[in-house]
Amino acid sequence: MTLMTPFRPAPDLVRLRPAGTRHGAARGLRRAIGPVLLLALWQLASMTGVLPAEVLAAPSTVVGSAAGLIGTGELQAAIAVSLQRVLAGLAIGGGIGVLLAVTAGLTRLGEDLVDAPMQMLRTVPNVALIPLLIIWLGIGEAPKIALIALATAFPLYINVYAGIRGVDQTLVEAARTLGMGRAALVRHVILPGALPNALVGFRYALGVAWLALVFGEQINATAGIGYLMATAREFFQTDVIVVCLVVYALLGLAVDFIVRLLERSLLAWRPSFTGT
Amino acid sequence: MASLVHRNITQAIPDAVRITRLNRTFDGRRVIEGLDLSIAAGEFVVLLGASGCGKSTLLRILGDLDRDFDGEVEVPARRAVAFQAPRLMPWKKVWRNVTLGLPRADRQLAERALAEVGLSHRADVWPKVLSGGEAQRASLARALVREPELLLLDEPFAALDALTRIKAQALVAELWQRHGCAVLLVTHDVEEAALLADRVLVMKDGVIAHEHRIDLPRPRDVADPAIARLRGRFLDWLGVHH
Repeated sequence: MTLMTPFRPAPDLVRLRPAGTRHGAARGLRRAIGPVLLLALWQLASMTGVLPAEVLAAPSTVVGSAAGLIGTGELQAAIAVSLQRVLAGLAIGGGIGVLLAVTAGLTRLGEDLVDAPMQMLRTVPNVALIPLLIIWLGIGEAPKIALIALATAFPLYINVYAGIRGVDQTLVEAARTLGMGRAALVRHVILPGALPNALVGFRYALGVAWLALVFGEQINATAGIGYLMATAREFFQTDVIVVCLVVYALLGLAVDFIVRLLERSLLAWRPSFTGT
Repeated sequence: MASLVHRNITQAIPDAVRITRLNRTFDGRRVIEGLDLSIAAGEFVVLLGASGCGKSTLLRILGDLDRDFDGEVEVPARRAVAFQAPRLMPWKKVWRNVTLGLPRADRQLAERALAEVGLSHRADVWPKVLSGGEAQRASLARALVREPELLLLDEPFAALDALTRIKAQALVAELWQRHGCAVLLVTHDVEEAALLADRVLVMKDGVIAHEHRIDLPRPRDVADPAIARLRGRFLDWLGVHH
């Protein structure tokens, strides 16, 4: 007896295509289409009078004002002042956030003492503290930096803490069988394991730092991007306001880029999904 | 000289593991019950048992990963564990994984250990690019680099494909003969037990239910009828009817 494969109807075959090489430049170009289209639409609306200058200045006017502000050095000076505020706030707030997260993450005593108050304070909107900050710290640089510090401390705290507590228990066990002491365990296993989360927190903190800066610079500023905006408001200079908004956006973008670079080098070890 | 020979004859080989009246319960369920066991220095012991019989718990106790037991347990200070999953730190290059826990990150020491398991060319890569077999060998190198007197292996070949497993088993046999450490290998693979063990223990209901010493010469061959007979006997003991 011969055994034959029984006849079956032909299945529909689909051709699977290899991914091919997608050029980075082409992809970058594709990503630029959206914003460029938006800008063109805006320019068109301004030129046809649909969008009057007192509502929103045309992109061409904005570019001109930006060139003017750069020419006089006003913009650079404002950026320098604002950047200093963000860095100072981030250093103080981030430092405190990370320190508290490590305390709460590593020890149960720390968790009991630190975590509950932090979770409670986290829900208070930072901006609502501005009146108190003014009463405590006056209207100089201190309340602005304090606001940024407050805003950045929480995202870092939450993510670093979650990162520490999320470290793979099997790796901690493996480390113990290798005879690692507590300090070595923290240094070689727990902190590197918490790093992906910590960087997420850092990125988020940078985002809210700019937000806090915008609010902070409404407090009687005499320099900085917020000050530039406040004076522009007095004179209905929508072009200058837009320049300031663009600067905020560009600074945010630049910082995000730096964090991406940081992630790429610090998290090179991570096998992760990179999108399709 | 004469006295040395004399000592070898009269004095028993020292113990690497001594366990007396060991108990371990999980929420009132007794997993290990009054277990007694000793393993001689340099002895290769394979612990067989069905899933959930307490064999991994015993290994965790010996590895000082589980302290909720009562009874007496003595193990060497220098011991190492290789788990079913390699458990390499993904954020450390392979050679740094090997030196983890050592007083200092000695590159040459790591390279020697990696060469022993045939991974010299992989010293500088991230663990994520290793194949399953390579990762498991890196984990073995990490265990052996600290020259353990007791090596605990928790189903280290279970996640490997059949071909890789055969090679890994041969590698472990070879490394054991070179290092001369006592080995406790936990597995549910009866063939593996027959191939590697000086002594096979079958665990059931929290105690050592069966024990068998294997004096076959090494390296052993799966095709050897003696191995097949042992395999059958172990399966019987495990309650698998074949």
